[in-house]
Amino acid sequence: MTEALVQVENLSRYYQQNRAISHFSLKAGEVLGFLGPNGGGKSTTTPVISGNLAPSEGEVSIAGHDIIEAPRAAKAQLGYLPEHPPVYREASVDEYLKYCARLHRIAAGRRESALERVKQQCGLTSVGERLIGNLSKGYQQRVGIAQAIIHDPPVVILDEPTVGLDPIQIREIRELIRSLGSERSVILSTHILSEVQTTCDRVLIVRAGELIYNASIESLNQGHEHSYTVGL
Amino acid sequence: MIWVIARREVGAMFLAPMAWIILAVMQTILGYMFLANLDNFFLLQPQLMQLANTPGVTDIVITPLMQVAAIILLMVMPLMTMRSLAEEKRNRTLSLLISAPIGMSEIVLGKFLGLVLFIVILVSMLMLMPLSLYLGTSPDGGKLLSIYLGMLLLLSSFAAIGLYLSSLTENQTIAAISTFGVLLMLWIIDWLGSSVGNGQSVLAYLSILKHHQAMLEGVFKSSDIAYYLLLITGFLVLTIRQLDRERLL
Repeated sequence: MTEALVQVENLSRYYQQNRAISHFSLKAGEVLGFLGPNGGGKSTTTPVISGNLAPSEGEVSIAGHDIIEAPRAAKAQLGYLPEHPPVYREASVDEYLKYCARLHRIAAGRRESALERVKQQCGLTSVGERLIGNLSKGYQQRVGIAQAIIHDPPVVILDEPTVGLDPIQIREIRELIRSLGSERSVILSTHILSEVQTTCDRVLIVRAGELIYNASIESLNQGHEHSYTVGL
Repeated sequence: MIWVIARREVGAMFLAPMAWIILAVMQTILGYMFLANLDNFFLLQPQLMQLANTPGVTDIVITPLMQVAAIILLMVMPLMTMRSLAEEKRNRTLSLLISAPIGMSEIVLGKFLGLVLFIVILVSMLMLMPLSLYLGTSPDGGKLLSIYLGMLLLLSSFAAIGLYLSSLTENQTIAAISTFGVLLMLWIIDWLGSSVGNGQSVLAYLSILKHHQAMLEGVFKSSDIAYYLLLITGFLVLTIRQLDRERLL
C-alpha cells in the first residue's frame, strides 16, 4: 500500500504556555514510537490525532478522512487507548466490550465473534465475567487495549499502554503490540526508550513540544553506536 | 446509537442502589400522603354532597398529591442527573464515547433519553395510586392524562437542566447542588412579580410552577408544552456546545 494511513500535517496545539508540533505520516503495517519526556507534548498530541482534542493548526487525516471535516468516517478507522483506560468499573469485562462493540456499530451477528477474538488476543478469556473494577491494573489495561481493537480498525493509537504494569505484563503487552503491528498501523506513545526499541519500526522524538527526531529504528540504534545523544 | 447509550445509562442506574432507593422512598412517602388525602376526602364527602358543582376526587386527592410529588422530585432529580456527565469526566471514560464514530449530539441525546426512561418508570409507578381509585370510584380520566403528561414534561425539563450542569463539572456534588439551585430559582422566580409591575408577566411565564400548576388542574395548553420543549431543547443544545467546547480548551 503506497498511501499513508495516518497523515499528520503541520499539526500544532497550544497547551498552557507551550505548543506541541507534529508532522509525520504512517503506512499500513508500521509501528510508530512516539517518544519523549513527561510534559514534552506527547499526551497533547495523541488526543488531537484521535479527535478528543481539537488542533490549533494543521490537519490530521485517518485513512484519507479528515478528523475535523469527517469525524465519523475517520473515527471508524481508529482505535484509541487514552492514558487512563476509559473503562466502566461497575461493568463486567464482557458487558463492557459488548457495549464498545455496539458503539462502534459492529453488526449484531458479528459481535460475539469480535468479542471472542479480542478476549483471545488480549488474554482476557478467563476474566470475562469479572467486574472491571476488581481487576488488577494490568488486566484493566488489557481491557483498554481490547476496547481499542474490537472493531478491527486499521489504525490503533496506544497512549502509554505499559505504565504501572509488572515486567511480565509489560512483556506480554509488548508482544501484543508487535502482533497488532503486523496488520495495522500502530502509534505507541511512551517515555521508555527500550520499549520503542523492542516494538517499533520507526521513532519520533519530541521535546518541549518540538519534533526533534524522525527516523527508522535501525538508524536510531546505529546512531547510538556513534554516540549520538538525544537529550531526554 | 442514541438508543445504545440510553440503554447503558438505564442499566447503570439500576446497577447502583440509587435508582432503586429513590423509587422506594418516593413510593412510600407519596403512598402515605395518598392515604392521608383519601382519608381527608372521606371526611369532606358529606359536606361536598350538599353543594352543587363541587371538586371531584381527582381535584381533592390527586392534584395536591402531585403538587407535593413535584416539589420532592425537585430535590431528588439532581441526584439522578448529577452523575450522567460528571462521572464520565472524572473517570475519564468520556473519551470512549468521543473516540467512537458518534456525534456529540448523539451522546447528549442518549444520556437524556436514559434519564427520560427513568422518569417514565418513576412517574408511571406514582400514577398507579390515582389509577387504583378506579376500583372504588370514577376519577376524571382526561385530567389524569394531563397530570401524567405534565409530570413527564416537568421532570424531563429538570433532567435537561441537570444534564447541562453535570457537563460543567467533574464533581457530582457540585452538579447536584447547582442543579437544585437552578430548579428552585425557576420554581420561585415569580414571587417577585407583584412589585415590579410590567415584569410580572415575564417572570410568571418563566416560572416552572405556573406551567405545571395548569397541567395538574387538567388545563392542557400548547403554550405550556412550548415552554417545556423550549427549556429542554435549550439546555440540551447548551450541553452539546459545552462538550464541543472542551475539545478546544
